[in-house]
Amino acid sequence: MGIESALGKGFLTTRMDTLVKWARANAAWPMPMGLACCAIEMMAFAGPRYDAARFGSEVMRFSPRQADVMIVAGWCSYKMSHAIRRIWDQMPDPKWCIAMGACASTGGMHRCYGVVQGCDNFLPVDAYISGCPPRPDAVLHALMKIQDKIKKEHSITLDT
Amino acid sequence: MSLNLSEYLQKTVDDLSGNFADKLIHVYQSSGDTFIVIQADALLEICKYLKENLHYIYLSDVFGIDRYTSEERFEVVYNLLSFKHHQRVFIKVRCEEENPEVDSVSKIWKAANWFEREVYDMFGVFFRNHPDLRRIYMPEDFEYYPLRKEFPLLGIPGSIPLPSTTPDTD
Repeated sequence: MGIESALGKGFLTTRMDTLVKWARANAAWPMPMGLACCAIEMMAFAGPRYDAARFGSEVMRFSPRQADVMIVAGWCSYKMSHAIRRIWDQMPDPKWCIAMGACASTGGMHRCYGVVQGCDNFLPVDAYISGCPPRPDAVLHALMKIQDKIKKEHSITLDT
Repeated sequence: MSLNLSEYLQKTVDDLSGNFADKLIHVYQSSGDTFIVIQADALLEICKYLKENLHYIYLSDVFGIDRYTSEERFEVVYNLLSFKHHQRVFIKVRCEEENPEVDSVSKIWKAANWFEREVYDMFGVFFRNHPDLRRIYMPEDFEYYPLRKEFPLLGIPGSIPLPSTTPDTD
């Protein structure tokens, strides 16, 4: 039936787009941007108990050049925002961003002059995590949301 | 209110009032701590005396207070510790709203360097003869002093720039 019969045993057909999205979604390497207490929960997310390796995301890249997902964990001051933006710009496309916890999402309890009231003021955020700090399983949930998003996005085919 | 001083703090107060009688303004206690308000022009000699003669070798902290009064608006507080005697004393000096200036004690205690920079950054109190009086938390070109009482809690919009949201393209 169809092309499979012509290929013989050991072949499977799919669309290139699906294959690329499948690969991307299951190897979303995080760029840990640990700024405060949330960073400790983020470490647990990659540790043995919560084990982000199940989703192919245990490879924390401390170089932005090999990272796909930036996890902004903690409150971000105005001074720090420039460094974060620079690292974000150094990450190759396609890339995604998680704002982890109340501070990264909205400024949280730091309602003051020095803290950016939400890192979406200067970054395109894909997933927000509530909590102060959120549990590691909430970070896994955000990661799964990003995976869903990657699987729904177009990768190589274009809208025409 | 009568003071409830330990033996060593009593000696501290007695020594200071003996040697610098006209420079001491006020001695009081609050929340179990002892505060000595002194005249700003005697700060250096009193600090030197406290370190060399009374063993207050450790400057634990320097901080500012905005009293928000028309006279002597700002206060700088020195938190001193003597490990040998397990005693803590706070020294306070006051300065005017216009050109608030205090002598730097960083020659006496090296730790004062960053503490004084913090007070300068947050309250705009200048420290005479400080080796490196720069901002420490806020950006170099920031024009305001955030812990002054008239400064709005959420800051002044646009006073600190955020990074641009479009990537730099050459």
